[in-house]
Amino acid sequence: MKELRKMKKDAILTKEPKQSDKSNVHVTKQKGLSNGSTSKVQKRPKNHVYYPKDSEGEDESKVKVKEFSDDNNRWLKPKKVKTELFDSDEEDSDEEGQEIDDEDQLKVTSLNKLSDDDDDDSVGDDEFDSDSMKEEDESDVDSVKEEDKSDSDSIKEEDDDDDMLPIEKQTKKLKAKQKREQKLADEELKLNIAGQEVFQFPNDAENEQMTLQDIQQRIRDVIVVLSDFNKLRNDTHSRTDYIELMQKDLCNYYSYNTFLMEKLMELFSLSELVEFLEASEVERPLTIRTNTLKTRRRDLAQALINRGVNLDPVGKWSKVGLVVYSSQVPMGATPEYLAGHYIIQGASSFLPVMALAPQENEKILDMCSAPGGKASHIAAIMKNTGTLVANDVNKDRITAVVGNFHRMGVINSTISTLDGRKFTNAITVFDRVLLDAPCTGTGVIAKDQSVKTSKDQQDIQRCYTLQRELLLAAIDSVNAKSSTGGYIVYSTCSVLVEENEAVIDFALKRRNVSLVQTGLEFGTEGFTTYRQHRFHPNMKFARRYYPHTHNMDGFFVAKLKKFSNTIPKSTTTEEEIEEAVQKDEGNKINEKKVKQSKGLKRKHEQEEVVKSKKIKKLPAKKQKLEKQGTSEVVKSKKVKLEKVSKSPPKMKKRRESEMSNDVEVVKSEEIKLKKKKDLKKSETKNVATKVKHTFTSNKIKNKKMFQKKR
Amino acid sequence: MKRLSEERTKILFEKLSQYIGSNIKLLIERPDGLYCFREQRDRVYYVAEKVLKVAESIPSDHLISVGTCFGKFTKTNKFRLHITALNYLAPYAQNKLWVKPSMEQQFLYGHNITKSGLGRISESVEKFHGIVVFSMSDLPLGFGVAARSTTDCRLADSLTVICFHQADIGEYIRSESDLL
Repeated sequence: MKELRKMKKDAILTKEPKQSDKSNVHVTKQKGLSNGSTSKVQKRPKNHVYYPKDSEGEDESKVKVKEFSDDNNRWLKPKKVKTELFDSDEEDSDEEGQEIDDEDQLKVTSLNKLSDDDDDDSVGDDEFDSDSMKEEDESDVDSVKEEDKSDSDSIKEEDDDDDMLPIEKQTKKLKAKQKREQKLADEELKLNIAGQEVFQFPNDAENEQMTLQDIQQRIRDVIVVLSDFNKLRNDTHSRTDYIELMQKDLCNYYSYNTFLMEKLMELFSLSELVEFLEASEVERPLTIRTNTLKTRRRDLAQALINRGVNLDPVGKWSKVGLVVYSSQVPMGATPEYLAGHYIIQGASSFLPVMALAPQENEKILDMCSAPGGKASHIAAIMKNTGTLVANDVNKDRITAVVGNFHRMGVINSTISTLDGRKFTNAITVFDRVLLDAPCTGTGVIAKDQSVKTSKDQQDIQRCYTLQRELLLAAIDSVNAKSSTGGYIVYSTCSVLVEENEAVIDFALKRRNVSLVQTGLEFGTEGFTTYRQHRFHPNMKFARRYYPHTHNMDGFFVAKLKKFSNTIPKSTTTEEEIEEAVQKDEGNKINEKKVKQSKGLKRKHEQEEVVKSKKIKKLPAKKQKLEKQGTSEVVKSKKVKLEKVSKSPPKMKKRRESEMSNDVEVVKSEEIKLKKKKDLKKSETKNVATKVKHTFTSNKIKNKKMFQKKR
Repeated sequence: MKRLSEERTKILFEKLSQYIGSNIKLLIERPDGLYCFREQRDRVYYVAEKVLKVAESIPSDHLISVGTCFGKFTKTNKFRLHITALNYLAPYAQNKLWVKPSMEQQFLYGHNITKSGLGRISESVEKFHGIVVFSMSDLPLGFGVAARSTTDCRLADSLTVICFHQADIGEYIRSESDLL
């Protein structure tokens, strides 16, 4: 009987952590496994109980019976959830499940006792499989016994409560105390949360000396404040103050220049921004692409593993990619590499080629191909059939294409160094074109840290001007009537909207192309709206990839289908392209220009003032004339204005009939015209109101005159 | 892009026959279309006619490479095979040599092959005949010239050179900029 009591005590003691923290129990269980001792335990499977040496046979069953008493109900309950799980699996195993759970509990109890024994447990573990079957049978028998005896035991249990041993009372007290402490601790925690220090906006002097950790802390604080601004703000500072502070801190902490940080802040939400910046600090995992012209992925993986390379498939989306975790040999110099069995290529570089989906026997152009990774991928997919033109304007980098192509056994290629923009004239039409345009590289900051500080507005402008020209050239060199193709894939390793969606949008307005699905399963959708820009609704077909969400380089992929070979004439002259480019960013480039534009604005204002004065003078002169006369003048003005505003749409209609496909261009211009109309309407309104004013004043004067006369 | 003159064609084919023997026929008469040799700036390219049509539309100043480069004619009008030709030499090779893993790396750095690194060699290789070098796992590594005939190899001691190095795939890294 004493034996039993001891068991119970232990049970109570060890229950304690269970209630407070489940993970604790888990740990102790594991300990139990490793410390499991005595010959008996060794023969039992993991989830069976250890019973002390003395308790055998009948005693064993009694111990278990105790477990089901009312006293233990409280802590047995949570386990029942588990038994339900068992139930769902098999109805027959109801009792077994419960049995096992109970034993788990008991096991927990026995741990304290056993902790000093250090017999090897491995034997027990090993024998698990062989013995488990027998044990199940045993447990069945046990459970039957339990049911029989449960009634009588509940009575016994009550008796026990009355005459508790001193040690039991102590445990009760201990329990109560622990509860109280827990409660206090919880309250304290709540207090801490409630009374958390609100972030204080720093003075300028404070900015001078700060460690990186301080800055990091402050970035976090400001993010917290900005996330619940109304509550946590400092009344004297506006949101822009906070954002400026944050921008400054981010620039300092990650060593970006203000311009790029501004751009990134426009692009990402604050929390996402920090993730992006963090991800941009870390290099992406090294990935290689199997050259299917020479080998298979399985064979390559085997060969590399034999050389001590630790690798894995890159994911379900690619059948040729492998991720290299670690390697004892340089990946760029193994005999397999030299024999052209693989190429080192970022995972994101697979995507544009997958989007392009080259078919065998097609004519395909890779406009900016160096160093030939994507182009050789295309050749591999085409299985060396058809023709592939790999072009890159840079003669120094084209050698890499030559090397890679010969190494990888690409034989259907022509390698050239033409300027991509002149491709329309140089070469016959293609079925598909891949344009991996040169960009600022804001998606691959991890590879090239210099991007952080070297880019400004002008660089971006240069990039997207070039990208637009290249994209138009790429579209022009595609044959829309191709039976299999007529596709253009545009990709950049930049995350900026100016270089991606804006460029596509530009092309959509100027060529007979439409956006189509890329066929890539993952990636975030392209922006249809971004700040003041409103892009084509199909821009959602484009795909964006970020280092922090997809663990590959920041990337943008869009696929266009050309539906007509005719080039809309209305707006394609190069001058207009340049104009459009300048319009987009004209004001921002230089402060001088800003000043100039301000000067222009002033001039405009002055002119307006003059105009309004004239208008004022006009009615004054015509005061003496009849009222109808003035109104006629105003009407005639209106008519003139309407003529001005109506005449362009008529022109547009003619154009529309000429080029039915170029609807969007017309639309955009109609919008512009509407704006113009609105402006002019407002002007006419102003005139009208002023005229009205004069009318009313005239009326009043007339009335006064009448009154005087009377 | 121009056709090879008859003289140069002869020189080229003589050279190739040292390595692939009568298999040259297989290069010219192919079931999958017409292939031909073309010359540009003394480089000889082996290319399908379909690809050639596209290449001809590119101005020659900007044309870097078409199809596979086999090698170049030197100023003294001799033909020198480049490593880039290995794609066609390896499958058709008549004389083969397999090197042990220990020698593999040395050969890839441009060294000659000694008897100690010799794994296997095909029979009836004659002295100074072209020979294609493989690793023991049948990976083509490059090519060279047999310094001894097969029968002499058996008797040679471990330090004698069996094969003179001509080109190896290590050049793709070592001298990427002047592959052509």
